[in-house]
Amino acid sequence: MSFVSFRATFSRHDLVYIGILAALLFAILPLFLDIFRLNLVGKYLTYAFVALGLVLCWGYGGILSLGQGVFFGLGGYAMAMFLKLEASDPESTKIQSTPGIPDFMDWNQITELPWFWEPFYSLPFALLAIIIVPTLFAYIIGVAMFKRRVGGVYFAIITQAIASILTILIIGQQGYTGGVNGITDLRTLLGWDIRTDSAKYILYYLCCFLLLVCLVLAKLITKSKLGRLLVAMRDSEDRVRFSGYDVANFKIFVFCVGAAFAAIGGAMFTLQVGFMSPSFVGIVPSIEMVIFCAVGGRFSIYGAIYGTLVVNWAKTTFSESFPELWLFAMGALFIGVTMSFPRGLAGLYSSYVEPFILNRWKQLKSKQNLKVSAEQARV
Amino acid sequence: MFSDYTSAELVSIFAMQGFAGLILFSVFVLMALGLAIIFGQMGVINMAHGEFMILGAYITYLLSSFFENNLPSLFSIYFFLAMILAFIVTAALGALVEWGMVRHLYRRPLDTLLATWGLSLILQQVYRSVFGAREVGVTLPDWMMGSIPLTDLVEIPFNGVFVMILTFVIAVSVYFLMFKSRFGGQVRAVVQNRPMAGAVGINTQKVDRITFAIGCGIAGIAGSAFTMIGSTGPTSGQLYIVDTFLVVVFGGAASLLGTIASAFTISQAQSTMEFFLSGSMAKVLTLLVVVGILMIRPQGLFALKIRR
Amino acid sequence: MQAQENQQARKSDARDFVLSVEGLTVSFDGFKAVNDLSFYVEEEEIRVIIGPNGAGKTTVLDLICGKTRSTEGSIKFRGKEITKQKEHQIVHGGIGRKFQNPSIYEDLTVYENLEISFPRGRNVFGALFFKRDDEVDAAVRETAETIFLDDQLDSVAGLLSHGQKQWLEIGMLLIQKPELLMLDEPVAGMSVAERKKTAELLNRITKGRAVIVIEHDMQFVEDIAHRVTVMHQGKVLSEGSMERVKNDEKVIEVYLGH
Repeated sequence: MSFVSFRATFSRHDLVYIGILAALLFAILPLFLDIFRLNLVGKYLTYAFVALGLVLCWGYGGILSLGQGVFFGLGGYAMAMFLKLEASDPESTKIQSTPGIPDFMDWNQITELPWFWEPFYSLPFALLAIIIVPTLFAYIIGVAMFKRRVGGVYFAIITQAIASILTILIIGQQGYTGGVNGITDLRTLLGWDIRTDSAKYILYYLCCFLLLVCLVLAKLITKSKLGRLLVAMRDSEDRVRFSGYDVANFKIFVFCVGAAFAAIGGAMFTLQVGFMSPSFVGIVPSIEMVIFCAVGGRFSIYGAIYGTLVVNWAKTTFSESFPELWLFAMGALFIGVTMSFPRGLAGLYSSYVEPFILNRWKQLKSKQNLKVSAEQARV
Repeated sequence: MFSDYTSAELVSIFAMQGFAGLILFSVFVLMALGLAIIFGQMGVINMAHGEFMILGAYITYLLSSFFENNLPSLFSIYFFLAMILAFIVTAALGALVEWGMVRHLYRRPLDTLLATWGLSLILQQVYRSVFGAREVGVTLPDWMMGSIPLTDLVEIPFNGVFVMILTFVIAVSVYFLMFKSRFGGQVRAVVQNRPMAGAVGINTQKVDRITFAIGCGIAGIAGSAFTMIGSTGPTSGQLYIVDTFLVVVFGGAASLLGTIASAFTISQAQSTMEFFLSGSMAKVLTLLVVVGILMIRPQGLFALKIRR
Repeated sequence: MQAQENQQARKSDARDFVLSVEGLTVSFDGFKAVNDLSFYVEEEEIRVIIGPNGAGKTTVLDLICGKTRSTEGSIKFRGKEITKQKEHQIVHGGIGRKFQNPSIYEDLTVYENLEISFPRGRNVFGALFFKRDDEVDAAVRETAETIFLDDQLDSVAGLLSHGQKQWLEIGMLLIQKPELLMLDEPVAGMSVAERKKTAELLNRITKGRAVIVIEHDMQFVEDIAHRVTVMHQGKVLSEGSMERVKNDEKVIEVYLGH
C-alpha cells in the first residue's frame, strides 16, 4: 500500500491513538508489571481479538454473534493439538499403556491416534488450521444464515446453540478432546520451552504485535467503502440490496473476519496460558466476550481493546477479593452498559474527554499563535 | 443401534422413553409459551427466563419443606399451592423487571438480550447467596409417585400424566387469553400497530407489563414441574435457556400450535435418543438437527406467509 | 375494448418494450394481492400507476424488483425474464427502485450516500479496495446538482428535510444510470414548491430511460404522466392517457362510487 492512501486511511487522530496503544502495550505495561501480571494481561489481550471482531460484526455489521467462543476455541484447540502431540513423544509417555499418544487418550482406553489428529504433527498445518478451520466454519454458518436472511435475535440464538453444541461435544468426546479438563500440560513449541519467563515475554510481545496488526486491518476495513456499506446496511438494508449489492456476502465477510480474529486470539491464549478447555468455548464465555466489546464501545475499534482490559482487570481484582460480588458486578455491567451507555467507554471518551482535550489543544495553539504574531508585530 | 433389540422391544422402548419425556415436554412447552408470548408481543428476548423458572422451582422446594415440617397433614396438596404461589411470585418479579428495565429497551432487541443476561447473572448469585450453591430436591407426595403399568415393560408415571394435564390446561387458557379475550385483542392490536393501539385508547404500557408478567409467571409454573425431573440449583435454569429458544424459533415464533408441536418433537427426540446414545450425544444430535432444519427453513415450522 | 386489442397486438413483439409484465399473480395465503396483471412500458415513457389503497400498486413494484416472488406470470425486462433473478442482479440489469418511505442511509453524509450507490465495487473485495477517484467524484457532484443538493454534500443525511430525503433517494438511483426507474410516491409529504421542482426533475431525468411512478396526487399525475394505468383489487381496471382514464366509467365508479 502506498503511503498516500495510508495517510488517507489513517487520520492524525488514528495515528495518535495507535501510538498511545502501542506505547501502553509495548513499553508501559511491561515496565510496571511483573511477568506474572504481564502474562495475565497477555491473556486478557487474547480476548481483545474477539472483541475487535465483534466491533466489526456487531457494531458495524449489526450482527450479534453469541458464539464467538466457538472460533476462539477452534483456534485455541488447533494450537493445543500441535503442542500436545509434541509433548506426547514416546519417550515422555512411556509409562502409558500406549506410549506416543496424548495422556487423556490413554486414560480413555484409546490405543491409536485418531485420524484428525495426525496432520497436527506439522506446525505449518497447525498454523494454517488455526485460521482456516474457524473461518471456514464461520463461512458455512454465514452462508446458511445470511443467504436466507436470518439475522437479529434469530442469528444470536442460533450462534448460541452452536456454542452449546460444540461444548457438549467436546466434553462428551473426552477420548478425542480431553473432555472437560481440555488439553493441558503443554510444554514446548518445536523444542522451545513456552513455560519459562523469557518465553512468556516473547509470547506477550507476539500477542501485542498480532493484535496491532488485526487492529490496523480492522481500521482499514471500516475506513473502506465496505465499512460504509456496513453502516448503510444497518440504516436500511433494503436500500443497499436494491442499490445492487448482495447484502449477504458482506455480512458473511465480516463474520469470517471476526472468526479469524477470534481464532488468532484463541491460539495466542493456548500459547500464553498453556492449556485450552471447553470453558472458553460455551455460551457463558461467548457472551462475556460480547460485554468486553460493549463496555469498550461497540462502534470503536480502540474501545474494544481498552474495554477488554478494563473488564478483565476488574474481574481478576474482584474475584480475588470478593468472589461472590463479581457476578453481581458483571450483571450490573450488562444492564448498565446496554441501558445507560450503549456507546461504552469510547462514547464517554468522545463526548466528555475528547472535546476537553481538543479545547485545550486549541487554546494552546491560539496562545502560541498570539505569541508568534506578537513577536512578528514587534519585528 | 437398533439391531440389538426385537421389534416388540423397540416399540416398548419408544413408548417408555416417550412417557418419560412427558415432563421434559411439559417443561419445554411452559417455558416456550412464556418466551413466545414475550417475544411475539414485544420482540424481547428474555435471557433470564431460565432463572424465572428456577425461582418457581425454589418456591416449590420451600413450600414442600414447609409443609413437610409444619403441616404434614396437608402435604398431599402442597404442590397445587406451590404452583399458584410460583406463578404469583415470578409474575410479580416479571412486572418489576419490565418496569425497571425492559420497557426502556424496546426496539433494541439485541440489547434486551444482553441486559436480561445481566439480570440472569444477578439472579443466579442471589439464589446462591440465599439457597446455597448445592442443588436441592423436592419430595413429592405419595400419590404422585406411582405409575400405571400398561404392559410388563411400559409404565405410565403418574406425575408425568399430572404435569401433562396441567400443561394442557395452561396452554388452553393461554389460547383463550390471547385469542378470545378482550385482553388478547388488545395484545394483538399492540403487536400489529403500537401507535395506533395507543391512539384508540389501549394502555400499551400496561398491556406490555401484563404480558411480560404472564410470560414470566408461566415460567414459574414450569419451575414447579421442573422439580420432578431435576434437582434445583442456582445455574440449573441456564441449561434450559438455549433449548427453549430453539423450541420457540423452531415452532415459528408467532404460533402457539407450532410452539407445542416443536416442544413435543424436540423433547421426544431427545428422550428417545437418550436410550440408545449417551445423554450428551443425544442432545448434540437433537440440537444439530434443529439448527440444521432452521438453516433450511428459518421461519420455523408453522409460519404464515405474510404480505410485506 | 380498444385497449385490450392494443395489448393483444403488442404481445406478439414483446421485445420492443422496456418492460413487459404478463399474467402476473401473487397470492399471500390465498389472498391474491396481484391477480393476472399485464402491462407494457415503452422506451422513454413515464407510466403512472394509480388506484385506491390496497389495489396492489406497491406489490407490483415489489414483484418487478424481486422483493416479492411472484406465484405465476412473467416479467420481461428488455425481452429477458427476470422473475427468477436475485435482487442485486435485477439492479445490475438496469432497474432502479425508490421506496415509499424515503430510505437513505441516515448515519452517512449525502456524499457517501451517493458514493455507495455509484455502480462500481459492488462485490466484497471490490468494496474493500474501492477508491474515491475523479470519476466517482464527478458523478457524485453532478448527481447532487441534479437533485438540488449540491450545497449539502457534507451534511449527514439524517438531518435533511423530508423532501430532500426523497430527492436524495432519487439521486441514489440516478447515479446508477438505470434504464427503468420505479418511484413509489415520490412527492408524498412534499410542499407545493417541492412538488413542482420534483415534477421538473422527473421530466428532466426521463431522457433515455423509462419511468414507472406510483402516485396519488392527481395534479402531479397530470403534470408528468405519458400514460396511466389504473389498478383495482390486483387487476388493471383501465389504461391509457390521463384524459381517457379520467372519463372511464369504471374508474369513476371505483373512485367516487360506493
